[in-house]
Amino acid sequence: MSTSTWKSGESVSEQFPAGLRVLVVDDDPTCLKIVEKMLKTCNYEVTTCNRAEKALALLQAHRNGFDIVISDVHMPDMDGFKLLERIGLEMDLPVIMMSADDGKQVVMKGVTHGACDYLIKPIRIEELKNIWQHVVRKRKNEWKELEQSTSIEDGVDRAHKQSEDADYSSSANEGGNWKSSKRRKDEEDELEERDDTSTLKKPRVVWSVELHQQFVAAVNQLGIDKAVPKKILELMNVPGLTRENVASHLQKYRLYLRRLSGVSQHQGGVSNSFMGTQDATFSPISSLTGLDLQTLAVTGQLPPQSLATLQAVGFARPSPKSGLSIPMIDQRNLFSFDNSKFKFGEGQGQQQQQQPNLGNNKQLNLLHGIPTTMEPKQLANLHQSLENISNMQVPVSQGNSILMHRGTARLPPNVGQPVTSNGLPGGLLPRNGHAENGRGAGGYTNPVPQTTSSAALTFPLNHGTELPGTNSFPPLGSPPGIQSLTHKGQFPQDITVNSEIKGSTAGGFIPGYYVLNDLQQLRSHDWELQNVGLNFDSPQSASSLPGSLESASSSLYVQQGISRSGPLRNSSSGGSKPSFPVEGTHNQNLGSIVNSSVRIKSENVVDAGCPSTLYPEHFGQEDLMSALLKQQEGIGPGNPDFDFDGYNIDNIPV
Amino acid sequence: MDQRNQFHRQVALMRQSLFDQGYIDEQFVQLEELQDDTNPNFVEEVVTLYYRDSARLIVSIEQALDKSPLDFNKLDSLMHQFKGSSSSIGARKVKAECTQFREYCKAENGEGCMRTFQQMKKEYATLKKRLEAYFQLARQAGPSQAASRPK
Repeated sequence: MSTSTWKSGESVSEQFPAGLRVLVVDDDPTCLKIVEKMLKTCNYEVTTCNRAEKALALLQAHRNGFDIVISDVHMPDMDGFKLLERIGLEMDLPVIMMSADDGKQVVMKGVTHGACDYLIKPIRIEELKNIWQHVVRKRKNEWKELEQSTSIEDGVDRAHKQSEDADYSSSANEGGNWKSSKRRKDEEDELEERDDTSTLKKPRVVWSVELHQQFVAAVNQLGIDKAVPKKILELMNVPGLTRENVASHLQKYRLYLRRLSGVSQHQGGVSNSFMGTQDATFSPISSLTGLDLQTLAVTGQLPPQSLATLQAVGFARPSPKSGLSIPMIDQRNLFSFDNSKFKFGEGQGQQQQQQPNLGNNKQLNLLHGIPTTMEPKQLANLHQSLENISNMQVPVSQGNSILMHRGTARLPPNVGQPVTSNGLPGGLLPRNGHAENGRGAGGYTNPVPQTTSSAALTFPLNHGTELPGTNSFPPLGSPPGIQSLTHKGQFPQDITVNSEIKGSTAGGFIPGYYVLNDLQQLRSHDWELQNVGLNFDSPQSASSLPGSLESASSSLYVQQGISRSGPLRNSSSGGSKPSFPVEGTHNQNLGSIVNSSVRIKSENVVDAGCPSTLYPEHFGQEDLMSALLKQQEGIGPGNPDFDFDGYNIDNIPV
Repeated sequence: MDQRNQFHRQVALMRQSLFDQGYIDEQFVQLEELQDDTNPNFVEEVVTLYYRDSARLIVSIEQALDKSPLDFNKLDSLMHQFKGSSSSIGARKVKAECTQFREYCKAENGEGCMRTFQQMKKEYATLKKRLEAYFQLARQAGPSQAASRPK
C-alpha cells in the first residue's frame, strides 16, 4: 500500500469501520438483542433476523446491502453451517459463526465451511469491535487472488485492466498501488455510496447459473490446474465481467473442490450415515453435494456440461430476476423442441408447455446434470451419483430443458447445455415431467423411464440399494422408480430451489448442494418420490401438480403432496410421509420423500396406476436403460415394464 | 437526597451480593455497559426477554424429560439453547446447572438429568426473584445511576 494512497483515503479510513452493515442471524431473541446493541455501540449498522431463511431472503433482496454476516450455529430452520455455505457461495460475504458450543469439532466445522471467525457465546463487545477486519481482509484477499492469478499473465494485461478500471487509475499502474487504491476506493465507496452499485464500488458479480456454467466450462477446458482468471475470462467472453470477478470466483471454486475431494473420501460413510437420518444436518451432506459435483466434474467423472449445470446451480448466485428470465427463454425453446419431438402419451400432456415453475426449473436443471447412466455402485455413493449425473447429462439434456422450465431459474443456461449432452430426450422429461413435474419437481421427473437419467438423478437417493424399485416402474406405466428417481433428484433441487425461491426472488441457492445432500439422504426416499411421480402420471395428480409447481415452494410442496396423495404412495410413502416442513427443512423432506419413494418402488408402483407410458419411451438410450436396469434391482433390460405404451424408445429423439 | 443516596447504596449492595454469591457473572457487566441514555433500561429489558423466551424452552425440556425412553440428543440440544441464552445474560449458577445437565445427557444418565434440571429450575427461579428486586430498587433509586455500573 503506498502511503500516498492511504493518506488520501485517510478520512475514509478514519470513519471506517463505522457504518459497517452487519446482518445478525440468531433464533435466540435474548442473544440477538444483546449482539444488536453491542454492534450499535460499535457504530455499526445492524439488521437482525431470527430465521436463516429470512436472512437469505434479505441478503438476496439487498445485494451489496451488507458487509458481513454473523450467524448462530444452531438454528431450528436451517443449520448455521448450511447458511454459511450458501452465503459464501451466493453472496461472497464474510460470515462469522457464533455458538455457545465451543467444542473443537464444531469450531473446525466452521473453519472448513468457510467461516471467517467463530465466536463463543456469551459474546463480548470486544469481540465484535474488530469484525470489520474480516471485511477488509476478504477484499484484500480477493485482490491478492487476482494479483496472483494475473501475475502469471503478462503485465500488459494488468495494465489494461487498470485502465479499464478508470476509477482506480489514480495510482501508478503497479499491482500494489492498484490494489491499495482499489481497496481504498472500496472502503470509500462503502462509506459514501452504500447504495451505489456503480463502478466506484467493487462490483459484486452475480454468478448466475448460466454464468457459473460458462465459468466451469472454461475451467474444465483449460484444466483446473491451468485455469487462470485471464484465460477463463477470455473463454467465457462475458462482457462486463472482470478478471478479478473471475479470480475471486475461481478461488471459491477451488476451495469448493478441495472440500469436495476431502469429503468424498468418506462419502460412503457419510451417505450411509445419512441415509437414515433425515434430520441430519445438512452441512455434512451439503458439503458433498455441490462440491462433489465439482470434484467429480473436475476429476473427469462428470462431464463438463453436467458439472456446469450442477455447478451453476451450486455456485450461481441467485438473481431472482435474471435467473427467472433466463430459464424462461430456454424453456420456451426447450419446450418447443420437446413438444415437437415427443409425442408422448398424453397423459402427460402437460408437457411442460406450461413451464410451471421457473423456480422448479432450477431444480430440474440441476438434475439434468445428473448422469443418466446409473450404476448401482454409483448410487451407493454420492460421488457415484455424481458420476451418474454426468452420465445423465447426455440423456437428460432434453430433460434438463424441462427441468429448467420447472422453475429453476438458474438452470436455464444449464439446460441448454446439458440438454445436448444428456441426450435424454428433453421431451421425455416434459412429458414425464409433467406428470412428474407436476409433482413438484419441476419437471425433472420426466426421465423416469430413462431410469438411467432418472436413476442418475435420483441415484443419490437410490444409490443402488434403493433402486430396487426400478422394476416397479412398469406397473405405473413408467418406471416409477425412475420417475421418482428423477423426481427425487429434482426434489432435492426443488426443495432447495424452492426454499430459495420462497422468500426471495429466486434465491435458488446452490441446487447442487441440495441435490446431493438430498440424494444421499433420501435414498430411501426415492421410492416415495417414485410414487409421487406416479401419482402425477395419473391425471389427477398431474393436474394438481402444475398448480403446486407454480408456487415457489411448489416443488417441495408438490412432493409432499404427492407422496401423501398418490395411491402409490401408500405403500412406501405412507411410512415416510414427510411431515417435514417444506420450507425450512427441505432437506429432510427430500429424504423422507425419497425414502418413501424408494419404498414405493419396491412395492410396485402399480398402485399408482399411473400410465406407464410416460417414461419408458423417452429414454431411447439403450445404454441408459441397461445401466439403469442394472442399478435397479428389479429392472432388467428385458423388463417389459419398460415398454410403456405410447412411448417408443426408439422414437424418442434424444 | 438522603433517601436517594440510601437507595443507591442499597442498589449497589444488592448488586454486589449478586456477584459475590455467584448468581451473575462478568457477562452481566457487559450488559450494564451497554446501557446508556438511549437505552436506560437495557439490562432489565434483556433479562425480561430472557425469562420470557426461556420459559418455553423449559417447558420443552420438561416435556422431553417426560418421554420414555429419553431422547438425550434432543435434551442436549434444547439445553444447549437454554445455556446459550442464560450465559448471554450472565446467569452464572443457571449456566452451571445447564453444563451439568449436558454432561448427564452425554452420559445418557436420565436420573442425573432430571435431578440437575430440578436444581436448575431452582436457581433460575431464585435469580429471577433477585433480579426483579434489584431492578425495582434500581428504578426507585433512579434508573440512570442505579442500573449502570458505578464508573
